[in-house]
Amino acid sequence: MTQLGIVNEGDGETRVSATPETVGKLLALGYDVVVEKGAGSRSSCPDDQYEKAGARLVTRKVAWSSQIVMKVNAPTDDEIALLAPKTTLISLLTPALRPDLLDALAKRGVTAIALDAVPRISRAQSMDVLSSMANLAGYRAVIESAHEFGRLFTGQVTAAGKVPPAKVLVAGAGVAGLAAIGAASSMGAIVRATDPRPEVADQVRSIGGDYVAVEVEEQMTSSDGYAKATSEAYDRRAAEIYSEQARDVDIIITTALIPGRPAPKLLTAADVASMRPGSVIVDMAAGMGGNVAGSVAGKRIITDNGVVILGYTDLAGRLPQQASQLFGTNMLNLLKLLTPEKDGQLTIDFDDVVQRSVTVVQDGAVTWPPPPVQVSAAPTAGPTPVIEPKQSRQMSPLRKGILIGIGLAILFAVSAFAPEPLPQNFLVLMLSVVVGFYVIGKVHHALHTPLMSVTNAISGIVVVGAVLQLASPYLAVQILAAVGVLLASINIFGGFAVTRRMLKMFSKGSNR
Amino acid sequence: MAIALVATIASLALETWGSPQSTLALSLLVVVILIGAGIGLWRARVVEMTGMPELIALLHSFVGLAAVLVGWNGALDSSHVPDNFVDIHHGEVFIGVFIGAVTFTGSIVAYLKLSARISSRPLMLPGKNFLNVGALVAFVGLTAWYVVVPDIWLLVAVTVLALLLGWHLVASIGGGDMPVVVSMLNSYSGWAAAAAGFLLNNNLLIVTGALVGSSGAYLSYIMCRAMNRSFISVIAGGFGIEKPASSDDEEVGEIQEIDAASVAEMLSSANSVIITPGYGMAVAQAQYPVAELTQQLIAKGVTVRFGIHPVAGRLPGHMNVLLAEAKVPYDIVLEMDEVNDDFSSTDVVLVVGANDTCNPAAAEDPGSPIAGMPVLHVWESSKVIVFKRSMSSGYAGVQNPLFFRENAFMLFGDAKERVEDIIKAL
Repeated sequence: MTQLGIVNEGDGETRVSATPETVGKLLALGYDVVVEKGAGSRSSCPDDQYEKAGARLVTRKVAWSSQIVMKVNAPTDDEIALLAPKTTLISLLTPALRPDLLDALAKRGVTAIALDAVPRISRAQSMDVLSSMANLAGYRAVIESAHEFGRLFTGQVTAAGKVPPAKVLVAGAGVAGLAAIGAASSMGAIVRATDPRPEVADQVRSIGGDYVAVEVEEQMTSSDGYAKATSEAYDRRAAEIYSEQARDVDIIITTALIPGRPAPKLLTAADVASMRPGSVIVDMAAGMGGNVAGSVAGKRIITDNGVVILGYTDLAGRLPQQASQLFGTNMLNLLKLLTPEKDGQLTIDFDDVVQRSVTVVQDGAVTWPPPPVQVSAAPTAGPTPVIEPKQSRQMSPLRKGILIGIGLAILFAVSAFAPEPLPQNFLVLMLSVVVGFYVIGKVHHALHTPLMSVTNAISGIVVVGAVLQLASPYLAVQILAAVGVLLASINIFGGFAVTRRMLKMFSKGSNR
Repeated sequence: MAIALVATIASLALETWGSPQSTLALSLLVVVILIGAGIGLWRARVVEMTGMPELIALLHSFVGLAAVLVGWNGALDSSHVPDNFVDIHHGEVFIGVFIGAVTFTGSIVAYLKLSARISSRPLMLPGKNFLNVGALVAFVGLTAWYVVVPDIWLLVAVTVLALLLGWHLVASIGGGDMPVVVSMLNSYSGWAAAAAGFLLNNNLLIVTGALVGSSGAYLSYIMCRAMNRSFISVIAGGFGIEKPASSDDEEVGEIQEIDAASVAEMLSSANSVIITPGYGMAVAQAQYPVAELTQQLIAKGVTVRFGIHPVAGRLPGHMNVLLAEAKVPYDIVLEMDEVNDDFSSTDVVLVVGANDTCNPAAAEDPGSPIAGMPVLHVWESSKVIVFKRSMSSGYAGVQNPLFFRENAFMLFGDAKERVEDIIKAL
C-alpha cells in the first residue's frame, strides 16, 4: 500500500495539507495515511483527531520518507534532502518563478506536482487551490483593513451626528477581489472596483460593487482565465484613475497579479501620499513585488502622512482552520483524479490536460511549462467560420400574392366549370377554412391541448357520412359503414369526454 | 353536433323505413354507437394526462380509418350518383380515401412513437423526399386512371399507397417534432371529413371538416414558428438532414453533479425560482411532486414561477394541462416570452426533463442545427439544476452545452423520485 505522508509546515505557516476530515477520504482512496505529530495543531486539528480518522501518527523522518508527501508550501532545501528518490511531492511550488526549486527537485529524482499549476478550466475548479485561498484572503484583507481603519464601514445617522460610510477601492476583480468586494459591501461600505477585463463588470455589480471602467480603445479578453499585462495607453489612463480614486477613498485593497510575472505597480508613492491620514491599503500582491509603492511583504508600514500599508502574505493562513479545510479538499480532489481506481496507486496520465499541467517534475526531469491550455469561452478574434443564423422564414409579399391569386383562380375555375353541387360545396369549404383560422388564432396557448382534443372529437363528424351509408342496399357497404360508425363514435365520445376532463382542471378552484 | 347527429339518424330512419335493409341498418347503428360510446368514454376516463398525446393520436387514426371506409363505400355504392357527376365522384372517392389512409397510418405511427412502442428517432430512407413526392405523383396518376377506368384494383392500389405514405411521412419525423405532427394529423383528419362531405354532398361534413382542418393547419404553423422551422421542413422530416457544422467538438467540458439535499438547501435560500418543465416531467409523472414542491417553496416565501416553452411536451399546451392537473395555480405558469427576461434575476432554475427547449446553442451557436429556435434562457440565472435520466441528447439529437456550464448542476435519476427527495430534504 502506498504510504501518504502529511508533514508539518515550517514556521510562519498555520495551514496543514490535510484535515482529519479529508484524511478519512484519502483512506477511502486506498492510501496508507501517516501524519507527522503536531502537523495540524496550528489549524485547530489536534493529533488525536487524525488518529480517530484512521491515520497513523509518526515522526518527522517517517512522514518525509512516504512515497507521497503532501505539503502546503514549497519545501526548503533541508526538506528536499529528506525526500527519497521516486517520491511524489504535492504542494504549492510556484513553478514559473522558481526554476531553481524545480531543478533541485529534479536532481533529487522525485516527481513534483504543483497545486498552483492547475489550469483554470471548469473541471479543475475543485482542485484550484489558488482560487480557494484567494477567496479567503480577499475576505481577510477586508477584515485586516477594518481592524486598522479607525472608523465604521457603514454609514449611520446617530444622535451624536452623522457617520459617512467608508469608501473602499478594490483593484483587480479576480477571486480575491470579488471576495473582498463582497465582504466590504456586506459590511456597509461603498465599494468600487477596477479590472482590465471589462467582462467582470457584471460580476462586480452582482456582489454589490461599482465597476470603474478604464476607458481606452483596446479591450482585453483573456483566454486562460487570468489577467494579462496591459498596454501603455491603458496604463496611463488607469494610473490617472488610481490617482483620482486614491484622493477620494479610505481603503484600497489591491489584488492585481499576473501569472509568472512580478505584480504590476498600481499606486505610486505620490498616490499614497495623497490619501487622507488614517487610510488603509492592503497590498495582497506584496509577496510578488507589490502593487503599491512602499509596501513590504509581510509587514505593516505606516507612511509619513499616516497611511497604513499592510503587506501581509499569509492572509489566507490567518483563517487557518478554514484554509486548511479548503486546501485539504483541493488536495483530495486532485488525488481523486490521480487515483482513478481508488486502489491507492498514484498514476499520472499526460494526455489529461489537468494532470499534464500540474506535473512540473517527473522522475527527475523538469516538465514545466506544460503546453498551453485554452479554457475561457471568451470570443476569440481568430477566423471562426461565420455561419448565417437561420432567419425565421417569412413569405415574401409577392409569393403571398401569387398564392392568393392561384387560390382565387381555382375557386373561379371550379365555379365556372364544375357541375352542381360542387361549386357550392367548394365555397362552403373555403368559408369554413377562413373561420377555422380565425378561431384558432384567438385561443390561448395554454389551452391548445384541450382545443386539439375537441377539434379531434369534432372531426368525428365523419360519422355522419358512415351513418348515411348504412342505408345502402348492399350488405358489404352496410358492414363497412357500421365499422366506420363504430370508429368515429369512439372518437366523438372519447374526444369530448377527455376535453371536458381537461377543461375542468383549468377552471380555478374546482374541487374535483 | 348532437343536433346534427340526431338529424342525420332521423333522416336515415325516414329514408330506409319500410325498405328491407332498414332493420339491419338501424339495429347496426344503435349497437355500434353504443359500443363506440362505451369504448370512447372508458378510454377518456382512464387515460393519464401524461398519456394524452398518445390517445389523441390514436383517435385521429380512427377518424382516418372511418374516412377510408366511407370512401370505399362511396365507390362500392355509387347508384345514387347522377350521370354527369360520375367522374367527379370517382375523383372525390380517391381524394377521400387517400387523405383518410394517410391520416390513419400516420396517426398509428405517431401513436406508436408517442407511447414509446417504437423508437422515436426519425427514419432515414434514402431519397425520402423523392419517395414522398413520388407517392403524390403516383396518386395523381392513379386518380386520373380511375376517373377514366373505374376498376376496383386501382382503389386498392391507392389505398395501399396512401397507407405507406402516411407511415413513411410520420416515421421520418423525429420525436421532438411530435407536437407539430399531432396537430398536423388533427388537420388531416379534418380534411378527411371534408373530403367525405364532398363525396356524399353533405355540407355539414364539409363545414366541420374544413374548420378542423384549417385550425389544425394553423396550429401546426404557429408551433413551427415557435421552433423557427419551416412547416414544409418539419413535414418532410426536419432535423438531422443537415449535419451540424460544429459536431466535431461534441464534448465541451465536464458536468457537475449535485444531490437532492444540496438542491433543497439551494432552493430554501433562494428568493426566486423558475421551473421549466419538459417532456421528461410527463414521462416521469413528476407533475404532482413538482406541484407540491412549488407549494412548499411558496409557503417559505420563495417566488416560484413556471416557464413553458411553446413546444415543450408532445402536444401543444401539454405542460399546461399537466400542471393544471396537479393544481398548480395557472397565474404562475408563464409563457416563454413572459419569463425570458427574468432569468437573469433568478436565483435557481429547475429544468425538469427539458433539453432542447433550453439549449443555449440555439441562441449562441449559429452552426447548431437548432440555431435561431427561440429557447428559454435558463443559463442566465445564477444556478441551474437539470433533472435528467442520463447524459443523452434531446430529441433534436443536439448536444446541450448548458450541462457543461459552470452554473449548471446535474441531478440524475427519475425526475419524480428526485423531486420527492428534495421535498423530503426540505
